[in-house]
Amino acid sequence: MAKIKKKIRTITVNADKCNGCRTCEVMCSAFHAVPPYSSNNPGRSRIQIITDRLEDIWLPVFAGEYTEAECMGRNKYIIDGKEYRECDSCRASCPARDLFKEPDSGLPLKCDMCDGEDEPICVKWCLVDALSYEEREEEVEEEKPNMTQMEIGLEQFAKKHGLQNVVDTVARMAKKG
Amino acid sequence: MRYAEAGYYLEIDLATGNIERVATDPKLMQLHLGGLGTSIKEHWDRVPPEVKAFDPENHLIFSTGLLNATPAFSANRSVVTFVSPQSGTLAYPMMGGFFAAELKYAGYDKVIFKNKSPNWVYLYINNDKVEIRDASHLQGRGAVETQELIRKELNLPKAQVAAIGLAGENRVFTASIEQSRSSASRLGGGAVMGDKKIKAIAVRGTKDIYLARPEEFMEQMKGVTDYIKYRWANPIKDVMTILSGIGSPQEMLHTDEKWHTENFAWGNARTRRRDFWTEEIDESWSKSQHAAVKRLISCFNCPTHCGALISHKDTPRYMAKCFGKLTYAMAAYVDDLDFSWKILQRATEYGVDSFSTPQILAFAVELYEAGILTDKDFAGCPSDKEGRFFWLLDRVVRREGIGDVLADGVYFAARKIGNGAEAFDHNTIKKHEQLPVKLGTLDPLYFLMYATNEKISITQMEGQWPQSAFPTPEQREEFVRDWPQIPHDKFKQWVLDWELRGEKAIPYYPTPDMCSEIVDWMEMMHNIDDAVGMCCGMSSFCLKPPYHIHNYPKLISAATGMDLDEDGLKEIANRNRNLHRAYNNRKGIRRADEKPPTDHWKKRFPELEEELLSTYYKYKGWNEDGIPTREKLEELGLGYVANDLEKRGILKNGEN
Repeated sequence: MAKIKKKIRTITVNADKCNGCRTCEVMCSAFHAVPPYSSNNPGRSRIQIITDRLEDIWLPVFAGEYTEAECMGRNKYIIDGKEYRECDSCRASCPARDLFKEPDSGLPLKCDMCDGEDEPICVKWCLVDALSYEEREEEVEEEKPNMTQMEIGLEQFAKKHGLQNVVDTVARMAKKG
Repeated sequence: MRYAEAGYYLEIDLATGNIERVATDPKLMQLHLGGLGTSIKEHWDRVPPEVKAFDPENHLIFSTGLLNATPAFSANRSVVTFVSPQSGTLAYPMMGGFFAAELKYAGYDKVIFKNKSPNWVYLYINNDKVEIRDASHLQGRGAVETQELIRKELNLPKAQVAAIGLAGENRVFTASIEQSRSSASRLGGGAVMGDKKIKAIAVRGTKDIYLARPEEFMEQMKGVTDYIKYRWANPIKDVMTILSGIGSPQEMLHTDEKWHTENFAWGNARTRRRDFWTEEIDESWSKSQHAAVKRLISCFNCPTHCGALISHKDTPRYMAKCFGKLTYAMAAYVDDLDFSWKILQRATEYGVDSFSTPQILAFAVELYEAGILTDKDFAGCPSDKEGRFFWLLDRVVRREGIGDVLADGVYFAARKIGNGAEAFDHNTIKKHEQLPVKLGTLDPLYFLMYATNEKISITQMEGQWPQSAFPTPEQREEFVRDWPQIPHDKFKQWVLDWELRGEKAIPYYPTPDMCSEIVDWMEMMHNIDDAVGMCCGMSSFCLKPPYHIHNYPKLISAATGMDLDEDGLKEIANRNRNLHRAYNNRKGIRRADEKPPTDHWKKRFPELEEELLSTYYKYKGWNEDGIPTREKLEELGLGYVANDLEKRGILKNGEN
């Protein structure tokens, strides 16, 4: 099987260094505004600082996948004397909470690592070094396209828009190259 | 669309429960910027001078600043304005923390309270949803615990809450408004809030704040950010550590307190202990601080660490900042820093100003030792220094016994107690307790700053000019070499010529003319900060700060779309300053009130002091009594103010 090079992008969160300023939230939402920086609103930031000030909890969390249903996770973790809820470190845009959703529409938000930038904007503006960024290339086995996954996806589209519409759209996209 | 500002005020009538969301006139921003500037204008228009602090007509305004909730680093201050129960003037304590940004994200530039609520309430704001809620279950609760209780009750961990404690409920004149790691403390805002029966304001906001010219704005922010990094790497040489960096004084970080403890006065601004800082003290205080400070923290959108989460042994946790670490210990003559962490916790929950309150307690102790207060007044008080301070703090905050008299502050308490107590009121200006500093020779710059500013608090006035002359020419050269923040290059020459001793030293140098320009510049920068909501720790309160008169117009223009240049910005700052001055003139402030305490400096120069005041007034466009002239007011578009002052006989026709 062929080997390909894959870019691995990692943000390291050193929560011990976080001073709780929420600049990352401001800058993330500003960068993703259209046009960029024309507005900001931490409510639509894809990084959120989970805060319990008196408990000494300042935990930067990034928006991950959207989930339709909330999970069972209501466990608590005590780390270094501090009590965290399972949700605190969860990245999901989930019905159980209002994090990682557009405040107006409720549409899910997801961190895109500010694709196209030298480094994610939150990392760039974190002057206290709670966030750092690393990019490296790794050789990995080329994955076979997962037809089953794609089929599931297409089926959802077909249900919503009709199969013929999907066929036409794919044909049109193929033409454009 | 509105840029930088939200464009709405929230108007709350506590008597009727009426809540209105009122669109503001965009011209207000052009004339007064925002923050303190627009708040002064609201007070001028709404609250006539006859209104006293606890009259229902007194307004309490929580304001954001123009740059709050923009990406501008450290623009996080809320300014609270009201007629003060202590000074009787328009007070404007400020707080950092997270409140101002959240309020703006909720869609409001200000919350304006008028009248009084019949019952204890808190205001709940969640974007467009605004409610006056019952707070009877919060009565008697601490200011810190109230914030937590409300967040839990609302199930909104990101809601920001400003609350009063028992001191505010009992209208103690030094009651503060506490919020996160910050507080609006000076001149009794907590008392006015308590008088209106507002226990707290809780706000959550998830709306957008817009920038008019984002690319230009971010270009300016890049410059600011590069400069912050530069200043971190290059502390200013030849000044005390605490002055060498940027940010508010890093009291939670630094443990070396030799300078404060040996140069500031202990007790009721009484004794300098020049040999206090021994190796043993250094060791014990460092140990105490390192054990108590759990984490260094910042305010909203600020890369510094001026505050801390305090976790001292079995004392409940709280957050602290700045000089409160020292004020209680020094006022009580307690040499153990552990005492500070304990009493500061209680004081923060009670919600009291940590500058004024310890001095009131020390004043009471002095009166007791002088036999003016008696065993009867102190019945039940422990005899040890620490216990005595806790006991007195409890009495003051609860207004019990002698505490009821002391709760009005040193000035009023001294007059009520009488029997010679007035002589112990030796550290107030305009009835307000000052930093406990007693020095040798009159400093002309500090004289003007102490005497004339409406804040009545030196820390909101000083900052950008070195506190004293540098001893050597080389040090002076080094200081002025890299100093783009000044408004005129001639300032550099003044620093170069300024000597520690001789003709070109204090009190005669800088000359009254130079002093006027220097003080006016420092004050103007504070006024701009207060209008845009910038923390003065990153601006006017520190030497060579990231924000200054040359980059502010560009930043404000890019944010708002106004085309402001330096002259335009100076004119707005001047307009706000003169309107505030005229407001307080209407409240009775005159030249006779502009006096630092007699013993503030050992060596005084009465003639020079009068010359300083006259020169400064003239420079400001004020008459000999410290009142803005008609000419000055009209130049600033404040003809309506001149008319009002004339109508009231404050400005006399024909004189100005």
